[in-house]
Amino acid sequence: MELKLSIEQEILKRTVSKFAAEQLRPIASEVDEEHQFPYESLETMKKMGLMGLPFDCAIGGSGADYLSFAVVVEELAKECATTASIYATHIVRCCYPIVKYGTDKQKESLLRKLFSGEYLGAFGMTEPNAGTDFKSQLTTATLDGDSWVLNGAKFFVTNAGFADVYIIIAITDKEKLIKGGISAFIVKNTDEGFSIGTSENKIGRCGCPTAEIVLQNCRIPKNRLLGNLGDGANIAKDIAEFGRIAVAAQAVGIAQKAFDMTVSYMKERKQFGKKISQFQALQFEIAEIITNIEAARLLMYKAAYLKDVGRHYSREASMAKLFGAKTAVSTTNAAVRLHGGYGYMKDYHVERLMRDAKLTEIDEGSLELQKMIISTSVIGK
Amino acid sequence: MAFNILVCAKQVPDTNVIKINPKTGTLIRDGVASILNNDDANALEEALRIKDKYDDVVVTVASMGPPQAQDMLMECIAMGADNTVLISDRAVGGSDTQATSNALVATIKKAEKEMGKPFDLVFAGRQAIDGDTAQVGPQVAEKLDIPQVTYVEELTLNDAMDECTVKRNMEDGYEIIKVKTPCMLTAIKELNTPRYMTVKGIFTAKEKDMKVWSAADVEVDLETVGLEASPTNVFRSFTPAPKGKGVMLSGNTDKEVVTQLLVSLKDKHII
Repeated sequence: MELKLSIEQEILKRTVSKFAAEQLRPIASEVDEEHQFPYESLETMKKMGLMGLPFDCAIGGSGADYLSFAVVVEELAKECATTASIYATHIVRCCYPIVKYGTDKQKESLLRKLFSGEYLGAFGMTEPNAGTDFKSQLTTATLDGDSWVLNGAKFFVTNAGFADVYIIIAITDKEKLIKGGISAFIVKNTDEGFSIGTSENKIGRCGCPTAEIVLQNCRIPKNRLLGNLGDGANIAKDIAEFGRIAVAAQAVGIAQKAFDMTVSYMKERKQFGKKISQFQALQFEIAEIITNIEAARLLMYKAAYLKDVGRHYSREASMAKLFGAKTAVSTTNAAVRLHGGYGYMKDYHVERLMRDAKLTEIDEGSLELQKMIISTSVIGK
Repeated sequence: MAFNILVCAKQVPDTNVIKINPKTGTLIRDGVASILNNDDANALEEALRIKDKYDDVVVTVASMGPPQAQDMLMECIAMGADNTVLISDRAVGGSDTQATSNALVATIKKAEKEMGKPFDLVFAGRQAIDGDTAQVGPQVAEKLDIPQVTYVEELTLNDAMDECTVKRNMEDGYEIIKVKTPCMLTAIKELNTPRYMTVKGIFTAKEKDMKVWSAADVEVDLETVGLEASPTNVFRSFTPAPKGKGVMLSGNTDKEVVTQLLVSLKDKHII
């Protein structure tokens, strides 16, 4: 086996890393503090062709693959987790299901605009009482002549208010629920009965909008059903599996950045007459951290690789998300501690990484859910 | 007929991470990524801006280097260049600027022969960040027998595309020069901000026309290239000791500032 990125992936990584250092690093704190949507950075990302990155050139994409996408998400997350969240949501939760399940007509009318960045994508599934247990949701879609009429509210919708296209999961048959009673729909921000509710006040990734969307007799054409009637649960599961690779990539990026900042600090900070990097107890801690980061990255790469070659990757995506999230949280915690008092100050930025890392434990399913998926793959149900 | 632009480019180690071995005075290249030389990226960007503005412009990038220089040329394609030529041959290894420009000129002439006409405009970066000589561009211009303007910080090409108006950066000011095409222009970083590569450009680069030629392919006289044909000898290279931090004087009046300066110079027994 050859354990390295292709030359194209290497060049892409370097280019995105350069972009992130030049354009995201200088604004990341302000984006977070002022809750600013990073419009200008997204403009550059559109020009670079990132908004349709892993999809075929034939349908207007940029012709790269899922591993390249994961590499890009890692590089973005190193400098600005807000931007990484906005971007990953667009690709994973909106573009991907349309590419995979959309009709030719749906693809034709939406994909080029999504890939060029003219449209931003989002996804609504979570409700106040339905997170991982999504069969408990209340949003419904009923057929009325040539239209679907959606009613309900979706919570914690990333990109809400800034996105143009929303993939919405809703109940179409209350009796069947996850056995074919849940469906997916394509809803536009301009549709009748669609509105944005309360915005959330998060502890991290504050430039990335998260809000409620309200569907009040939201009427959409019949042909906006995504996939077959009753496919919603499978589509949501597919999105979540791919999403775990993106969350793992964010975790690795955040952890790597925290690690790099900590090592630089330790090489400069002097106590008791020597640099703190010269204390063996801290050297051992550094060795443990970088080993975890490398392991997390390899798990993430493996899951993305399996997806690229068309093999099952559900278990590996869960492993990558589980281990990546734990690594991001423990690394950023250590980074704040190893910076001493400075780490607790906002000026030193590692505290932001700690707040940003926390979401990787929650996003795309709890760590406990990942453990259930992994153990089921070993023991069976 | 197409307006053909040539850009000379070099693959160099990334200076952001490069270090110099204090004992040998040579660059430590191990584990250092190789990139498109900074000034050459400005040269390519300017060529691409002309391509964006006018129809039927073809941008070719030429380089000399080891086979892995193809990676850098892939980056040029990913930025928007149409095709590339690389002269890569043991026979040209160890060339100094004189021998390099001989090899490059032979490569350019071969490319022109294949096109059936000379290039309409030639760009190079001012200098490479590893050698820092700023000699290859001007030498290529001399050997191609075309006019050259170095240190270009602003460029306007007229609509007939036969005349460039160039702002040439000088240490103590600038010159505005009009020059007929074909000509050689060497770019400095003030000229523009190079665009980022595009994902599609990166992933479709290998489908583009990326030629690799040997010394025999470009029919260069082997007596004029390589280490033996290089009159330059490097005796020693070293990192200059960093200068101390300067002192900024400030005051309400010129007199106040000058007084401070005089006091400081007297203190140091300079005057």
